[in-house]
Amino acid sequence: MVVLHLFGGYEGRLYATPSEAVMIQLKINGVARSFDGDPQMPLLWYLRDALGLTGTKFGCGIGVCGSCVVHQNGAAVRACMTPMQSAAGAEVVTIEGLGAGEPGGLHSVQKAWIAARVPQCGYCQVGQIMQAAALLKSTPRPTDAQIDQGMEGNICRCGTYQRIRAAIKAAAGEAV
Amino acid sequence: MSRIENVSRRGFLQGVVSTGAFVLGAQLLPETLYAAPSDLAPDATFGPAGDPVSTTAFHPNVFVGLEPDGTVVIVAHRSEMGTGSRTALPRIVADEMEADWSRVRIVQAIGDARYGNQDTDGSHSVRSFFDDMRQCGASARVMLVQAAAQQWNVPVGECEASPQPHVVIHRPTGRTVGYGELAAAAAKLPVPPKASLQFKPPSDWRYIGKDAAIYDLEDICTGKAGYGMDAHVEGMLYASVEHPPVLGGRVTAVDDSEAMKVAGVKQTVQIDPFKPPHQFQPLGGVAVIADNTWAAFQGRQKLKIKWDDGDNASFNSEASRKELEQTVRRPCKVAWNRGDVDAEFARAAKTLEAGYYVPLLAHASMEPPVAVADYRDGRVEAWAPTQDPQAVQETVGKAVGIPKENVVCHVTLLGGAFGRKSKPDYVAEAAVLSKKTGRPVKVVWTREDDIKFDFYHTVAATYMKAVLGANGMPTAWLQRSAFPPIGSTFELNNTYGSGGELGMGWTDTPFVIPNFRAENGPATAHVRIGWLRSVANIYHAFAVQSFAAELAHEAGRDQLDYLLALIGPDRVIDRKALGADYDNMGADYKDYPVDTARLRRVTELAAEQAGWGKRKLGPGQGMGIAAHRSFVTYVATVVQVEMDKQGKVRIGRVDSAVDTGTVVNPDSVRNQMEGAAVFATSLAKYGEITATNGAINQGNFTDYGMCRIDEAPREIHVHIVKSDAPPAGVGEPGVPPFSPALCNAIFAASGKRVRELPLTRSGLA
Repeated sequence: MVVLHLFGGYEGRLYATPSEAVMIQLKINGVARSFDGDPQMPLLWYLRDALGLTGTKFGCGIGVCGSCVVHQNGAAVRACMTPMQSAAGAEVVTIEGLGAGEPGGLHSVQKAWIAARVPQCGYCQVGQIMQAAALLKSTPRPTDAQIDQGMEGNICRCGTYQRIRAAIKAAAGEAV
Repeated sequence: MSRIENVSRRGFLQGVVSTGAFVLGAQLLPETLYAAPSDLAPDATFGPAGDPVSTTAFHPNVFVGLEPDGTVVIVAHRSEMGTGSRTALPRIVADEMEADWSRVRIVQAIGDARYGNQDTDGSHSVRSFFDDMRQCGASARVMLVQAAAQQWNVPVGECEASPQPHVVIHRPTGRTVGYGELAAAAAKLPVPPKASLQFKPPSDWRYIGKDAAIYDLEDICTGKAGYGMDAHVEGMLYASVEHPPVLGGRVTAVDDSEAMKVAGVKQTVQIDPFKPPHQFQPLGGVAVIADNTWAAFQGRQKLKIKWDDGDNASFNSEASRKELEQTVRRPCKVAWNRGDVDAEFARAAKTLEAGYYVPLLAHASMEPPVAVADYRDGRVEAWAPTQDPQAVQETVGKAVGIPKENVVCHVTLLGGAFGRKSKPDYVAEAAVLSKKTGRPVKVVWTREDDIKFDFYHTVAATYMKAVLGANGMPTAWLQRSAFPPIGSTFELNNTYGSGGELGMGWTDTPFVIPNFRAENGPATAHVRIGWLRSVANIYHAFAVQSFAAELAHEAGRDQLDYLLALIGPDRVIDRKALGADYDNMGADYKDYPVDTARLRRVTELAAEQAGWGKRKLGPGQGMGIAAHRSFVTYVATVVQVEMDKQGKVRIGRVDSAVDTGTVVNPDSVRNQMEGAAVFATSLAKYGEITATNGAINQGNFTDYGMCRIDEAPREIHVHIVKSDAPPAGVGEPGVPPFSPALCNAIFAASGKRVRELPLTRSGLA
């Protein structure tokens, strides 16, 4: 998108009332960050509005669609339901950092997603990929039932579930 | 047809391609639209200082550029919401141009009337622009071959572009030259007349008909793709708007003192209510402006607003449903007629009747409405996920009181749309707020805003009545519908379905029945009505294809055989027989007639592939079929279901056969058909918007449910009919046959006939 000024950075401050003001330290994609804003602010808006890490998406705001999945200390969490104070000291990985250190900068799940041509509009796919990566980490060879269980929290309105399932199996090294 | 010119030295793609590039522009619109020079804005499309324009100027709306380094730049003038048009159209150009796809760069166009209609809906991007794209590509190819012949000083007939992409070869000597090296010379050549162009035969197509990844695939999978939600301009503020809970309501008092105490909140701004008819105007309400999204949301929760709800506070969807159902039990306006159904009904010993119901539906694209607008010195620059950037120009212009030409709309990727993002009320909100605050403003709708303030797919009640003859086939068939029409969004007191709506599977039902009448009754809208993926076909196909199966059962016939008998002998329906109001989705009837042979073929193909009549089904299992032509494409779907111990339906295998004419990207067709089955599963199982005292009851995915991976059809098989007919629609036509096929399968599995959606109402989901 040549016309967009993406990742433009945030120039304002994320205010907190003085009594609440605490310095929260965390690591995001390996970079140390400190945050002194509203500790109740969800991680999602810190990533998006403050850091310009817009790969993580806003979908429902109540943790039921999975568009905002990131990894917190290796586990999939909903960034829209993760207050900054609960991310204190955490190692957070977003889609921007998922493939770091991998050949071609792509995680195996991303490669499988590309090979299976999963996305249509693509908006939910970052959350799907982050969720699938976490699923495969804990369950390297998931059954269909385990895929159902692991992925049912992620909505795709375009309806790409069949390809998501195939891509997860491919990333797990299974014949699809 | 297009007029194509060499615009290499006229700066049209300034800032997009380098000055040495070869650029062709194709004008797709009739001359008359450009008659008055005063109507012509400076060329804002690709740079601030395009060529001055005159009455005789050429105003291309499709661009192909070739850089000296060989990069081909193609401008996508339609929006990308997941259907793949941003990839498909450039591939048509590249194919005819013999360009190397890996060296093609796609640039998204802004909104500009010069592109003609940019409203990316109605499943017609490929259908409407296939020929123009080919012409553009063929012209570029011919000119590059000419440039090479000139360079070598050989007869042009000895040179050709194929078979190796991106080079011209001199056949007698085998010499080759790359496209990039020819850019400068081609830039000086005249465009060949259209009549002289040789188009590639389909057997030589390099990309058309071949599977391809969408252009943005890798960006999407790495989080780099730019959606409206990701737009950012320097110095922008964030806004969240509390809308009147009832359509037409207005603010009577606001107390924002608590909202202003929220850290990060800058101010609150009232937005005026719309003047009826609402069209795409902002709904009005109170905006909280803050320096991040979260603060705007928090501040909004602290607003204390008193509303005057207005007349629509009397709207209750359950009571309204009864009115609709009563309307269709009485004679309505005749929309289409053959023979005399009344005489046949009067004579009959037995008539069969059924009423069907489909409620209001919300679009619920994963990306809620969102936009950034920057009002400055009587001009607006906007960034939006929009299906219709020209509607943005118009709506924003009216909302802030400036000419639409002073609105520049950048089109981002769309995180789903399904028709919602053709209506740019949310962009107008951003513009109004930018004007009032003097800063660029990003308006972010919450999921609750999205579901409570949609332009809903309309609610519809239908009533069907038939008489069966001695052979079990109907001798008379009556169908009546009533639904608040889309026209109510644009015009007060608009209560009847338009020719466009009724032409979506109601007045073009291609059944061989001697006496047939389609009627439509009045219905008043109390919420904003819009179009949603496949539009009126949803409730029309649900009624027609369910009732056909009901009659098959009554006649003791196999559903498939009965449907094929209703479709009857292969024939093309006479255009005149469809009536003057039938618009055929704007497609030329001579190229896109109602052809029952194609409907029959997809019906037989879906059935055969699904193993209809052959597959062994256990207890509680069943198969259902439905076939429907929409968006000038033919689709038949077979759904297999199993009833579980709790009596809930589980969808197993789905087979969809589609005849959509010439296919540009088969993988996209499969993707769209797979997606349509899931979209329709959501609709059939959970899709229901209700209202109490004018306010919408649902607000998030917790009460407006979506099909998730564990309940999606486990196997969706898409069967594409090979066809050299002109390309037809792909994004929408997979949806309409799904719900009736599903409900027909439920009947086969359980004996339960479902006549209302969603299935939650019948305890089946």
